[in-house]
Amino acid sequence: MDWTALWLSLQLAAWTVVILLPVSVFAGRALAYRRFRMKGLVEALVMLPLVLPPTVFGFYLLVAFGANSPIGQFWREAFGGQLVFSFEGLVVASVIFNLPFAIMPAQRGFEAIPVEVREAAQCCGMSSWRSLLKVELPLAWPGLVTAMVLTFAHTLGEFGIVLMIGGSIPGETKTIAIAIYDRVQAFDDSSAAIMSAVLLAISLATITIAFWLSARVGRRLS
Amino acid sequence: MALDVRARASAPIPLDIAFRVEPGELLALVGPSGSGKSTMLRTIAGLWTPTEARVMVNGETWLDTATGLDRAPHRRRVGIVVQSYALFPHMTALANVVSGMGHRPAREREEQARRLLALVHLDGLEERKPAELSGGQQQRVAVARALAREPAALLLDEPFSAVDRATRERLYDEIRALRAHLAMPTVLVTHDIAEARLLADRMVVIEHGRVVRSGETGTVLLDPAVMRSMGLREVSSILPAAIEAQEEDGLTRLATPAGPIWLPRVEGGTGDRVSVRVLAHEVIVALGRPEGLSALNALPATVREVTAGEGPGAVVSLDIGGCAMLARVTRRSARQLDLRPGTACFAVFKAMAVARGDIQPAKS
Repeated sequence: MDWTALWLSLQLAAWTVVILLPVSVFAGRALAYRRFRMKGLVEALVMLPLVLPPTVFGFYLLVAFGANSPIGQFWREAFGGQLVFSFEGLVVASVIFNLPFAIMPAQRGFEAIPVEVREAAQCCGMSSWRSLLKVELPLAWPGLVTAMVLTFAHTLGEFGIVLMIGGSIPGETKTIAIAIYDRVQAFDDSSAAIMSAVLLAISLATITIAFWLSARVGRRLS
Repeated sequence: MALDVRARASAPIPLDIAFRVEPGELLALVGPSGSGKSTMLRTIAGLWTPTEARVMVNGETWLDTATGLDRAPHRRRVGIVVQSYALFPHMTALANVVSGMGHRPAREREEQARRLLALVHLDGLEERKPAELSGGQQQRVAVARALAREPAALLLDEPFSAVDRATRERLYDEIRALRAHLAMPTVLVTHDIAEARLLADRMVVIEHGRVVRSGETGTVLLDPAVMRSMGLREVSSILPAAIEAQEEDGLTRLATPAGPIWLPRVEGGTGDRVSVRVLAHEVIVALGRPEGLSALNALPATVREVTAGEGPGAVVSLDIGGCAMLARVTRRSARQLDLRPGTACFAVFKAMAVARGDIQPAKS
């Protein structure tokens, strides 16, 4: 059992969730309420990581994050170090490829709030912020929790992009999914089996919570 | 303190409407669905902005498209009650009412909210969530929440259409009682002409985004153009009456300006004043006092006006002791009886033709 890899995976998943929570609230809310030109295109872009093979996605990120790319240079000047083959790079990649998991359930959560209820909040004198805190979040939170649980679980299990962007540096980019692959390559089946079982248990638990919560959204608002 | 609204738009529906509501006055916007009446309320509340509009409340400008001034909805002091009530489902009745009190110091809010809930007779139900309240109770929470904002204008958008008839009658009484406490201009949107008549001082009849007629409720309802837009089945007139005697066979004798009428038991004491709504299609016009007829009520009348409709029908406007009564007859009958302004006749209707819900305590 590679505890370092598990700990790294949990850290990666936690950072991804922390960064994506505000993104899911504001992007989900905007996509749920607003109508604007190119909304279809924006939604398609958010969905893209769902359909693109992780290796393809990883390849483009690798090119975009490379030391000679504008993003890579900016990163080095701003924070030092590099984006590829580093934990920071994994976090950035993880945030991007989790956008659909973070935004879509949040958007559904906000969409489930009847428009009259949002208007009532305005007519009660609530500013947009106050309405978000007092009315919308209390009604949409199961959607947001679902979003965060899916993001967390998906990050734990991601393999292709992590390998492309981060390689397999122990303690830096070697996540548990990579470690399992590594053990299998080394014919260490018993370690792979234990780690797989741990990952299975965590994933199953998070998904169960997600489904239970999304069932609650419907019940609360009916 | 008045509310002054003017709005013009070409989409989503053509609209060109203006009206003014005085403080303490209740104005009904009446019209079929899709006529633009709810759009006017949304314009006042700031939930929709027409191409050209001006909303003035209390001398404050909330919206003026000419100058580009457009105050956000949460900065307009409006109280609004909509058809679905739009209560916050995760909050108790009390919290719903408190949520409209952002303008008050925090420590006063709960006490004032309790007072408002008591005003709409919901004391004891403060801790219930909307899902645990009946339709009528939810509507009252919505009214209390609208009042919690201490609105400069109160907007009621079909607030009675989601409850059953019995509840509606009770809520009417409640709104009428509440009006004594309301100093702001109130706008009621409804497609129900009886509701408008019961609650409003003045009405504006809207059709296809335009004002067909506006004025005092009683006057507007006698207008043939209004009758057509409201549907002929609904055409009726209000007869002021006072209870004279409760008779042994279950009938009540009432005095009207044109003589006595009999109706099935009307609850109340001698001298109580009531308004009796008589549907125009229940009224028969006779040239002489009818004999050998089962209908109990025959009031002497004079024809004011005969308005022929587009079909075979006509509406005869009768003067009975200074009040107006409408009768729907066929054009053929009007011709055969030679009804014309000034013709002396009798207005005949059955005691049983007046439904219980059509008899209401007179508006003071």
